[in-house]
Amino acid sequence: MASSFARVLSSKRKVGILSLVGAGSLTVGFFLNREQHVNAGAHVRRIYPPSAEYPDLRKHNNCMASHLTPAVYAKLSDKTTPNGYTLDEAIQTGVDNPGHPFIKTVGMVAGDEESYQVFADIFNPVIKERHNGYDPCTMKHPTDLDASKIRGGQFDEKYVLSSRVRTGRSIRGLSLPPACTRAERREVERVVIDALAGLKGDLAGKYFSLTQMTEQEQQQLIDDHFLFDKPVSPLLTCAGMARDWPDARGIWHNNEKTFLVWVNEEDHTRVISMEKGGNMKRVFERFCKGLLEVERLIQEKGWEFMWNERLGYILTCPSNLGTGLRAGVHVTLPRLSKDPRFPKILDNLRLQKRGTGGVDTAAVGNTFDISNLDRLGQSEVQLVQTVIDGVNYLIECERKLERGQDIKIPAPMSQFK
Amino acid sequence: MPFGNTHNQLKMNYTAEQEYPDLSKHNNHMAKVLTLEMYENLRDKQTPSGFTVDDVIQTGVDNPGHPFIMTVGCVAGDEETYEVFKDLLDPIIEDRHGGYKPTDKHKTDLNPDNLQGGDDLDPNYVLSSRVRTGRSIRGFCLPPHCSRGERRAIEGLSVEALGALDGDLKGKYYALKDMTDEEQQQLIDDHFLFDKPVSPLLLASGMARDWPDARGIWHNDNKTFLVWVNEEDHLRVISMQKGGNMKEVFTRFCTGLTKIEELFKEKGHAFMWNEHLGYVLTCPSNLGTGLRGGVHVKLPNLSKHEKFGEVLKRLRLQKRGTGGVDTAAVGGVFDISNADRLGFSEVELVQMVVDGVKLLVEMEKRLEASQSIDDLMPEQK
Repeated sequence: MASSFARVLSSKRKVGILSLVGAGSLTVGFFLNREQHVNAGAHVRRIYPPSAEYPDLRKHNNCMASHLTPAVYAKLSDKTTPNGYTLDEAIQTGVDNPGHPFIKTVGMVAGDEESYQVFADIFNPVIKERHNGYDPCTMKHPTDLDASKIRGGQFDEKYVLSSRVRTGRSIRGLSLPPACTRAERREVERVVIDALAGLKGDLAGKYFSLTQMTEQEQQQLIDDHFLFDKPVSPLLTCAGMARDWPDARGIWHNNEKTFLVWVNEEDHTRVISMEKGGNMKRVFERFCKGLLEVERLIQEKGWEFMWNERLGYILTCPSNLGTGLRAGVHVTLPRLSKDPRFPKILDNLRLQKRGTGGVDTAAVGNTFDISNLDRLGQSEVQLVQTVIDGVNYLIECERKLERGQDIKIPAPMSQFK
Repeated sequence: MPFGNTHNQLKMNYTAEQEYPDLSKHNNHMAKVLTLEMYENLRDKQTPSGFTVDDVIQTGVDNPGHPFIMTVGCVAGDEETYEVFKDLLDPIIEDRHGGYKPTDKHKTDLNPDNLQGGDDLDPNYVLSSRVRTGRSIRGFCLPPHCSRGERRAIEGLSVEALGALDGDLKGKYYALKDMTDEEQQQLIDDHFLFDKPVSPLLLASGMARDWPDARGIWHNDNKTFLVWVNEEDHLRVISMQKGGNMKEVFTRFCTGLTKIEELFKEKGHAFMWNEHLGYVLTCPSNLGTGLRGGVHVKLPNLSKHEKFGEVLKRLRLQKRGTGGVDTAAVGGVFDISNADRLGFSEVELVQMVVDGVKLLVEMEKRLEASQSIDDLMPEQK
């Protein structure tokens, strides 16, 4: 057993080990690099047939529950990824969290890059539902981090208070937060902070390990609104992401406090570029520059990010595949937000609103967090442009209402370009 | 990983140092005992069902503990855990259970006739009496590690066995996922309903997976004998009633447990038990008898006395609030129960409670009459 894993790990720096074998059978699914043919992990402990193990999903309302039929479960339940991750582990969070009647959560996570292939029979329909019809079997995801293509992107600061872009990146060859061992997590930390230490100029910064930070450092990070806490959401804790907290977790930010990286929270890394005010173009420029520079630095050491042409950047939650990108602003829209057409306008612009505390919070005093709805199937440039054009439209609506003029609902945007 | 076993080799690609948890801020029994050397010796082992040392200790790694309360920090995933990881668990057991050695033998005594007295605790002070324990079904994994199929099989066997009880033990099972609103309300009113665990000590060990699948509550028609299925252990068995007749409570407890054990045996299933550890349960703190026998008792004067703590210690009793562990007492009413679980038999522990509570009530009466209690101070048991 150990030798096959050694082989997997020594070849991790070669491109895309995405094919794998479970209990002697080949997966259907797509192969990026057909040379690698890896033996899967140990035989899954099974005493009962799949029908006795199939979860009770009758009261559930999440994407996993919608698509995990007994037949799919039976087909996948004794397969493992080369690291040994299983279907039961992937779906545990969705079994434990039936969901809300109005909010449809995803209900499953990936434990490693290969999860998306080994369990493609469940991941693909989940991805398709969550990403508005994106079909990983037939479609390709465009990646574009060339910020020079952005048109406009400097908002009226009478309305836009701050601008922010975030995404995540995973280090190929190391398990994802639901499944990683302590040593793997520490290795992620080591690889990432080693690369971040190589950033220069306006990107030069410092790492604050959660286990070692001083009280003063902690207070400063709280005041800057940078500090992240141990997850409390059962969606995350049931997936096993909070194990061993706060070991190998930390926060890195540049000296100017405009570029921030979270290490080993919900993903290997979460990368955030932000500023007060409305200069989304500059925020995105720094975002791209930082990401590309970090990628170059890890490649110098023989590492790379998890990525493939079907799913884009690979992250823990299927909802963050593709770009993993959420670009947004805090914007004040006192009149527009009270207009009954506001939700439809947002919808047609492919935007979503949140409170300024983030997902699931309520807006405070007419200030909203407005960001892109989509993640997969469009590039970073396309999504940020969508946000820029959309927010400009919202501001124009607000101005019209200020002048007593009427506003129009824009035509709906197509989802995949 | 809970339930899984296929993951166990991955960490062997790293050294023990690289995998060893950071326990520098920890204060639980596991952290006191698990050195790097011990971790290195144990990390490539697994029980037949695939439970590893990392699975055992996860809850203790995730919950550093409280500076003043010493938690155990370990759980068992199956019966064999206590054997495969004895290097880790024996010293923890010894520390937690008052010096109980790896060579010691535990006595089981569920004969209620051996209990002296206990039927006449003063009901003006003793409001209610209760005895609880747990049982695990041999051959199945424990709550941190069982699969859905196993958990459902445990439920099925338990419901079948309980369904065969008759006389004053005859009762009904309420599955958590099927109960009606009315049933749920009644169980809440009876103080029988248990919730999904919220304590991070339990959640971190994986016991709450798939909630509420295969969990439920059984109780007899008289509402004096109650069984929880698949909560923190396979079975938690509770006998209780208002007033101070601990003898009756304990008699029903023993009769019920013995009958249930017989019914399981008829179907070819034994309880997990051995002569060293007694009854085997998920948490090492509940080994031996797994028994907590106690009363809700009014001690407004005694509880304010400076010697209250010392008295309890000598009697081998502990106090809790009437909401259970970690709650505060309300209106001078305390939950007083045995402090020990392992190394004493069921009869011995309930005897300590009966004799001890009798003394506490006597002391309370003395203090009410403004008299001294010095001559009543007990020896250390």
